[in-house]
Order: sequence, then C-alpha cells, then structure tokens
Amino acid sequence: MSDQDITFTIDGVEITAKPGQTIMEAADEAGIYIPRLCDHEGLRHQGGCRVCTVKANGRSVAACTQPAAAGIAVENENTHVNKMRRDLVEMLFHEGNHLCPICEASGNCELQAMAYRLEMVDPTRFPYLEPCRAVDASHPDIALDTNRCISCGRCIRASKDVDGKGVFGYVGRGIHRRVAVNGEDLAHTDADAADHAMSDEVCPVGCIIRKRVGFVTPIGEREFDKGLIGYEIEGKRRG
Amino acid sequence: MSTAAQSGDPAGPTVSVPSIPEEQIVAICETYANDRHRMLDILREVQDRFRWISPKVMETVARQTGLSRIEVEGVASFYSFLSQTPKGRVTIRLCDDIVDRFAGLAEVAGIFEQELGIGMGETSGDGAFSLEYTPCIGLCDQAPAAMVNDVVVTSLTPERARQWAQALKAGTPPEEIVSERFSELTPHARATEQVENNIRHAGAVLLGPVPDSAGLKKALDMAPAQIIDTIEASGLRGCGGAGFTTGRKWRFAASEPAEKRYVLCNADEGEPGTFKDRVLLTERPHLLVEGMTIAARAVGAREGIIYLRGEYVYLRELIEEVLADRRARGLLGANILGIDGFDFDLRVQMGAGAYICGEEGALISSCEGLPGEPKTRPPFPVNRGYLGFPTVVNNVETFCHAARILDRGAQWFFDMGEEGSHGTKLFSVSGDCLNPGIYELPYGLEVRELLEMVGGEDAAAVQVGGPSGTMIARDSFHRRLTFDDLATGGAVIVFSGERNVLEIVEYYMSFFVHESCGYCTPCRVGNVFLQKAIGKFRKGLANPEDIDYLKDLSGTIIETSRCGLGMTSPNPILTTLENFPLVYSAMVKPSKDRIRATFDIQSAIEGARKLAKRRSYIYDRDFSK
Ligand SMILES: Cc1cc2nc3c(=O)[nH]c(=O)nc-3n(C[C@H](O)[C@H](O)[C@H](O)COP(=O)(O)O)c2cc1C
Ligand code: SF4
Ligand code: SF4
Ligand code: SF4
Ligand code: FES
Ligand code: FES
Repeated sequence: MSDQDITFTIDGVEITAKPGQTIMEAADEAGIYIPRLCDHEGLRHQGGCRVCTVKANGRSVAACTQPAAAGIAVENENTHVNKMRRDLVEMLFHEGNHLCPICEASGNCELQAMAYRLEMVDPTRFPYLEPCRAVDASHPDIALDTNRCISCGRCIRASKDVDGKGVFGYVGRGIHRRVAVNGEDLAHTDADAADHAMSDEVCPVGCIIRKRVGFVTPIGEREFDKGLIGYEIEGKRRG
Repeated sequence: MSTAAQSGDPAGPTVSVPSIPEEQIVAICETYANDRHRMLDILREVQDRFRWISPKVMETVARQTGLSRIEVEGVASFYSFLSQTPKGRVTIRLCDDIVDRFAGLAEVAGIFEQELGIGMGETSGDGAFSLEYTPCIGLCDQAPAAMVNDVVVTSLTPERARQWAQALKAGTPPEEIVSERFSELTPHARATEQVENNIRHAGAVLLGPVPDSAGLKKALDMAPAQIIDTIEASGLRGCGGAGFTTGRKWRFAASEPAEKRYVLCNADEGEPGTFKDRVLLTERPHLLVEGMTIAARAVGAREGIIYLRGEYVYLRELIEEVLADRRARGLLGANILGIDGFDFDLRVQMGAGAYICGEEGALISSCEGLPGEPKTRPPFPVNRGYLGFPTVVNNVETFCHAARILDRGAQWFFDMGEEGSHGTKLFSVSGDCLNPGIYELPYGLEVRELLEMVGGEDAAAVQVGGPSGTMIARDSFHRRLTFDDLATGGAVIVFSGERNVLEIVEYYMSFFVHESCGYCTPCRVGNVFLQKAIGKFRKGLANPEDIDYLKDLSGTIIETSRCGLGMTSPNPILTTLENFPLVYSAMVKPSKDRIRATFDIQSAIEGARKLAKRRSYIYDRDFSK
C-alpha cells in the first residue's frame, strides 16, 4: 500500500484502491466479485449493461466506471441491489431471442451464468420482444447470430482497440440500437477467426461462433459447470 | 418512428433519386477540412443536398475523415433527420405530440395524406414528398405544427393544411408559401412570419427592455473571478432543467488547469412543451451571445458553440446574422471591445432530431461528430468536456440571465423570486388554456395563480416540466413553481377534464422509447416494457398486480439508468399513479380463477387464423377482410 492509496468498504469489508482505480478494479484485486456483463478485462469500460450497479454511500453507480473514493461505503450484495441486477439480466433475455437448450454457448455463457448466480427463478413478468434478426453466416470461419446479442460492445472494443481493426460497431438508436459489421456482411470485412474479438472470451453470449469448433467441449465440462460466475475472482479471496 | 433511420436498406432506393457524384461528397468533406468532429455537419449537408446517406456516401465520408464506414453509419443511423433511404425533395414533419393530437392533428395529417397521396412515414414514388411524424418541435403554443424542409408551419387547420399541400404540389418552394416576399425579408422577419412569439407577460430581466451590451461592458472592468463571484451571489441556477448553480459551474471550469476551455450553449430545447428558448433566440439573440461572451471571459474560453436543435433550423440565419453583426462591431472575435487578448468566437452546431442531445454529455458527443450518447461521468464537462477540455454548458436562458445580472448587479436578481429560486423564469404554457405562450415571472408562483393568468382555470391536470417532470391534479394546484417544489425547465402543459390521462401517459412513454439513446439496458429495454404495460391498462387488460409491477419496474429503471433520461422517464407513470390513482384503478380487472386477463386469445391466435384464412363471425367486425 503506497501513501496515495485510498481505502473504502464493500459490504463492510475494507478495501484498498490505487488512485484512478474503479470500484470494480479494486474489488477484483481484493477478491470481491461484482457482477458484470459489458466490462471485460483488457478492454475499455463501457458502462452500458448496468449489471454492476452498486450503492455507493446510498447512491446507485456503475462499479465498472465509478472511481473508487476514500471512505465510501459500497453495498454490493444485498437483496435490493441483486433484485435490480436480476431485472436487468431478465431485460437482456427478453430483448433478444434466447433458447439456451439449443445454444452453442450454453454452459460458457455469461448471461446464462449470471441468471443462475442471481437466482432468476421466478416466473417472468416481462414481455418478450422477439426481434427478428438475420444470421450472418457469410464468413468462411465465423458465424454471427445477433439474436442473442446483449449489446455489451465487447466485440467492438476488442476489434478496435486490441486487433486495431474495427470490424464491429453500433448502429441505430434506442431499442433499435444494435451491433453491425463494417461492410455488407462479415465476409466483406477484414474479420479473421484469429482476431481477439472472435475469441471465446470476448462475446459473453453465443453471438460470435467460430465455425467447426462448436460443441467441442461437451456440456457438463464447460466454464460455468465449474462454479458460479465470479468464482475465479472470489477464489482469490479464500485462497 | 422513422424506419429509415434504423437500417441500411440493402434493397436501396425505391423512389427516384439523383445520383450522388463522389466528388461532391469529397467537396463537402473538404469544406469541413475532412474533420471527423464535424461529421454531423457533413452528413446534414449530404442529407440536405441528396436527401439520403447512401452506403457509398458513407464509404466516401469515412475515407475522407479517416474513420471506418461503420463509424459513419453509427452517426447516420442515430439522428432522426438523417436517412439511409431516399427522402422526398420536400419532407413534411408533423409534430405528433399529445398537445397536437388534442388540437386536431389527425385531421391535418389526413389532409396531407390525401393531398400528397402518401401515408405517414412514406415517400412518394416520384421522390417529391416525404411525410412523417416527429416529436415536439417547440411550437406547442400554436399546435398543430409542422416542419416543411427548413421552414415551419403553425396553427394548422384542415384548410390551412390543404392550402399548403396544394401549393407544395404546384411546386411552390416552402419559403414562398410562408411569404411571397420571403427573399426580401430580414432573417428576423422571416422567423416571425412563420412563428408567433406569443409573449404574454414580459418580466424585468429578459423580455422587458434590454440595453445593448451593457452587461458585457461592465464585465470588461471586472476580473474573471469577480464575474464568477457576481453570478454566484445572484443565486442564478441553470434554466435547462437540472438547476445547478451557474456560478459554481463556471468556477469549476475556470479552476481546472487546461490549455483551452469551451463555452457551449444548450439550445436543444427538446423537452415536450418547452419553447421559451425559441422566443429568446428570436427576440434576444444578442443577449444570449453577450452572456456566452461574459462566460468566456469568466472561465478563460476562446471558443464556443451554440448547439441549435435541428427543429429550429429556421432560426439559424437569424443567429448567424447576429454573430456577423457582433464580429463587425468588435463584440466577438479578437480583442473584444479593444481589450488586448480578450478573444472569443463561436459557431452554430445544428442538431438533427434527437432529444437526448439536450443532455449535456450527449450534446458534447454530438458537437464532436459522434452519435448523441451521454458520456460517462465522472469526468464532468467542467473538467473534461468538448474534445477533452473543460467546458461550460448552459441553457439559452441561463446565459441571458447572466448578461443581465452583470448589468444590473447580483442583488437586483437575488431579490426577485425566493430563497433557493432567485430571479425570474420563462414559462412556456400550452395545451387547454386561452392564452398559451411565454410568461416571464418571478419564481414562487402557485400553479393556480399561473392558471388564472393563462386562462386555464378549467384544468384538471397540469404537466409541469414536460414528460420528465410532474403531472399534478386539481388537489395540488397550490403547489409552487420553484426548484424546491415543482421544478421545471419551463414547460407547463394544461389538460382539461376531457383529456384521458392514460392516453397522455402512453404518449409520453412512447416518446421516451423513441428518444432513448439505447446505451444502457434499463432505459433501452425497460421503457419499452413500461410502454407495453401502460398499453395494457389502456385496453382494460391490466390486473391489480400490474400497478405494483409499474412501480417496481420504474424503480429499477430510475436507479440503474446511466443518464437523466432514464432516471426520469418513468415519471409520467409514477406521478400519475400518485396523483390520479383512480384513473388506474378504474382500468384494472381483478383476475378471476387465476386466469390472466392479459391473455387475449383472439390476438394470440391471430397469426394462425390469418394463415388458415379463418375468420370469426363474432370477433371480426369486418368479415370481408
Ligand atoms: C434527457 C435530457 C434532456 C435535456 N435537454 C435539455 C435541453 O433541451 N436544454 C437544456 O438546456 N438542458 C437540457 N438538459 C439538461 C442539460 O443536461 C444540462 O443540465 C443543462 O444544459 C445545463 O445548463 P443549465 O445549468 O444552464 O440549465 C437535458 C437533460 C437531460 C437528461
Ligand atoms: S446466449 Fe446464453 S442465454 Fe442466450 S441462449 Fe445462448 S446460452 Fe442461453
Ligand atoms: S456480439 Fe457478443 S460481444 Fe458483440 S455486443 Fe453482442 S453480445 Fe457483446
Ligand atoms: S439512460 Fe437512456 S438515454 Fe441515458 S444513456 Fe441510458 S439509454 Fe441512453
Ligand atoms: S459491467 Fe458495469 S455497466 Fe456493464
Ligand atoms: S410542437 Fe407539438 S407539442 Fe410542442
């Protein structure tokens, strides 16, 4: 701990943060998991999904973009906060078309895993929006199925900032805002299966699918069969 | 909703369109020095000249500005006034706000459809006309109103609509329909030929007599810190809605170490029912620029921008003329009024149909040539705003007040109004009242007193502050127009007892759905759910539990949204649930036998019936369809 470091609490546990760190970054280092979907290690923060909402001194903020501040009391795991997060996750399910049993991402999917973690078990009250979005299978090695897209923008930032390409971008506004590609279709972009943007870890759901590698890992041995989403970060604390 | 703005239609043009020579697109980009920050200007100009932003155009613009095509498309698809399918040579945009609906919009729209031979949302086959709806265009005191290309038409009656449609069909340019002598008129006369100011009550600060540049001249003898002290001592708070203390905002921007700073004027005025800035821009444009120049001196800015909403394009040349006049008189530009090193100049940035661009971060994004998405806070604009530099964003009225405070002194302003809400405020009153228009009044009036002034004693409901504000009922007309009670950026919309409160609420929710930028989940998705839920109430399909559902969902949206739009969008529902509970309970049906009344078997089997070509004698009113 350097003398510039600050301390604050999350659910009563004292945390140290370096200057400029967000609440989430500090929490990660301390082994406290704050749920998230649009934020991803190595990518710029977006602050769009709002699943990382916490209360800081009673005020709602997005933990992934909110700078840690000395002395603040952050509430992360409580009934009220988790209820709002569950609402948000449920909204994302209803905004798209999600049929987990037939989805390639099942078991590796962060949205699905988040629903488990947040115990999204009650019958739904939200309407299904059932959008109609064409699947783009034009590319020889990659298929893009935005029916499951949660607008996290991770692919956009990965392609632009890590791959230096800009294969993806947002178009439209409001409920019509969606992810599109920089060309007529994916085959008319410089997308490559080796891009970071196309790797397993970038798309949290099952939109970006590398052809011919689907179902290689059997259901039951997938990422979130090992533990609830966040287990790796929380493991740091116990260990 | 303009469907064209949502998707690049791969089928391309369905109507006759001029070809778009690439060198002309290149030339447009070059007028803006191929600067990606001027993307909105570039695309607006392409839209004006060629009536759409084609995929080819996006590629050319991207190449010129060093962006990717998808980035250009992100901008082109965000703004309602930019289109990815060809629009007519004349585009008619009818305001479809609830005020206009109550003032006879349906008939007016019908006349345009009939005369032009196209439906709403359509473009005629010969490429002559497009007809569409647009949210409030700031002419609520003379509804129904419409934009016709760059001019506006007010107080539309069926006869007036027919005259306009026929003249347009005969090929008369819209400007000449406004006035045969349009080209000879001054910009101010052109504006007032199109729009009544409707100033019903002039107060001491803004709409009474205002001497030329008196505030600015006093500011020249003051140190920047003194100017800020004066503004702070006056008690002036922002007039755009949020009510932040103006002096403090200027102090923050001034004290942030930086190479340069900017002063931006928010003339986006998008909150339905608000039209006071329209009148200030028409009648007090010098005062506005004077206020911005004073702010520039106070914070050390050399450049500024007036962000003018696309709907107010008819005021653009008036403002440009004022800027030119002030430059000529040494009131703008280098060494203002002979003071060495006091340099300040500004440009007008046109918006293009997006309410969210009134949010200050989104406004900055838009000025930077990006989609109008709010910025992550912190950093705040006063620390890192336009192009990353400290930026003051203030409303039109706020700057005008500031200039008057410099002239007359802080105490003069402070003494008007009341504790916490000092000075006067412009209220823009519309709806069911005898004298809709602008009232400049000290803060602190009761709603009842205002209603008496405007001839709205029959009001059953008043929407204060527009959709994002508060809807109150008769039993609350003693409430007062101050920051601490009923805060408003100016909108006061009066509804008589004949109006259906739920219809109003449903309209306002559709407004928020249309205007959400879509960046964050709760606002993008949650508002659609709220809109659908209100639709259930309207149809009489709601259960008692649906009232809790509305409150619960509203709570999540308010608490988790990223900007002020989502944080206030459930207000039409929450404030009417509180103040008009009977309106909801009257529409609720308790569920019997645990069968959800929401389940409407007829609509559920509709698709199948269509496929099977089976119609019902009982349920289908028109069996022939
Ligand atoms: C969705 C939304 C729309 C807004 N629209 C406007 C507007 O049209 N005009 C305006 O002055 N302020 C608007 N605001 C408030 C601005 O964000 C900002 O607070 C204001 O421009 C600051 O100026 P002021 O302090 O002089 O009021 C809006 C805010 C939100 C959240
Ligand atoms: S993307 Fe995830 S949540 Fe959606 S269907 Fe696939 S596994 Fe289920
Ligand atoms: S495609 Fe995947 S990574 Fe890209 S925005 Fe959608 S969900 Fe996120
Ligand atoms: S609250 Fe609405 S308008 Fe604001 S950032 Fe979120 S989606 Fe955009
Ligand atoms: S993880 Fe913070 S908003 Fe998505
Ligand atoms: S112009 Fe139609 S309501 Fe404002």
